[in-house]
Amino acid sequence: MAREKIVVAGGTTKSWKLLLGLRIFAFMATLAAAIVMSLNKETKTLVVATIGTVPIKATLTAKFQHTPAFVFFVIANVMVSFHNLLMIALQIFSPKLEYKGLRLLSIAILDMLNATLVSAAANAAVFVAELGKNGNKHAKWNKVCDRFATYCDHGAGAIIAAFAGVILMLLVSAVSISRLLINSKNFSTTATTTSVV
Amino acid sequence: MVKLTQRLGGLVLRFAAFCAALGAVIAMITSRERSSFFVISLVAKYSDLAAFKYFVIANAIVTVYSFLVLFLPKESLLWKFVVVLDLMVTMLLTSSLSAAVAVAQVGKRGNANAGWLPICGQVPRFCDQITGALIAGLVALVLYVFLLIFSIHHVVDPFLLRKS
Repeated sequence: MAREKIVVAGGTTKSWKLLLGLRIFAFMATLAAAIVMSLNKETKTLVVATIGTVPIKATLTAKFQHTPAFVFFVIANVMVSFHNLLMIALQIFSPKLEYKGLRLLSIAILDMLNATLVSAAANAAVFVAELGKNGNKHAKWNKVCDRFATYCDHGAGAIIAAFAGVILMLLVSAVSISRLLINSKNFSTTATTTSVV
Repeated sequence: MVKLTQRLGGLVLRFAAFCAALGAVIAMITSRERSSFFVISLVAKYSDLAAFKYFVIANAIVTVYSFLVLFLPKESLLWKFVVVLDLMVTMLLTSSLSAAVAVAQVGKRGNANAGWLPICGQVPRFCDQITGALIAGLVALVLYVFLLIFSIHHVVDPFLLRKS
């Protein structure tokens, strides 16, 4: 019996629309997180010491590049938003693409890898930011947020956007895996149907 | 015969991931060092840092989960659920490992711009044990990525190799 080619999702099926909508939101969330964190910079003139009656001021800058966890955060969010952009372009410009062979599987695996990547980046950033916000008495690390409040607020906003991106990427990979499941299930149960999902 | 070796490979991988996660938990829990600095005595334990507590909890969950899945029978319908749970556990492992590595890196190098001094100079054995725990966590993560791909292959059959 010859194997039929499976056409999963023309441009009108429900899972295609759901996947496109989720990807657009995930793209916007991760892009927003990357942009806000990469523009995060605050310069302040602080009094460092007082000699006699003359206060010595120093200009200190808080940049995201000072912390490797935030650098990783920006890079990972850029990578994930680029992946989402590619997938959106693929879905929009070739909606009737035949998913034969490795295509559906590689989309599912790439979605899973990117979901884990953005989750790792968001978690690393949130734990380091918690260190900056509360300090650590045992290691004698001082708080940073009481002096650089705007820097901390922007960082918090970026991290919240990244966590929204994590949840959305998890949903995207769930939908991709379910498309894979339905594709293989329908192939083994019916031999004449060519349009699925 | 092919199916038996496949199933055996999956079991071996899962057992190895169970051992790695268990090793990470044990290494991190037993890391405790006291160092005296003139009159002040400083005790470094893993629970001082929130990221390490999260790492211990996440790897403990992974250990229990792998142990339970080791005993799942072959024809059970729960294998589809195992794919989803494997993905969630992989995300849990990556997030806990990356958080712990980020915080451990601050502890090792300090952060000159924030005025944070590195603590590894004062408690070297603590630092070494934390490093070992993180490496075990990385091994567990890599094994779980393989297991995820293996579960998908086992359940979903994306190459449509089974003729049933």
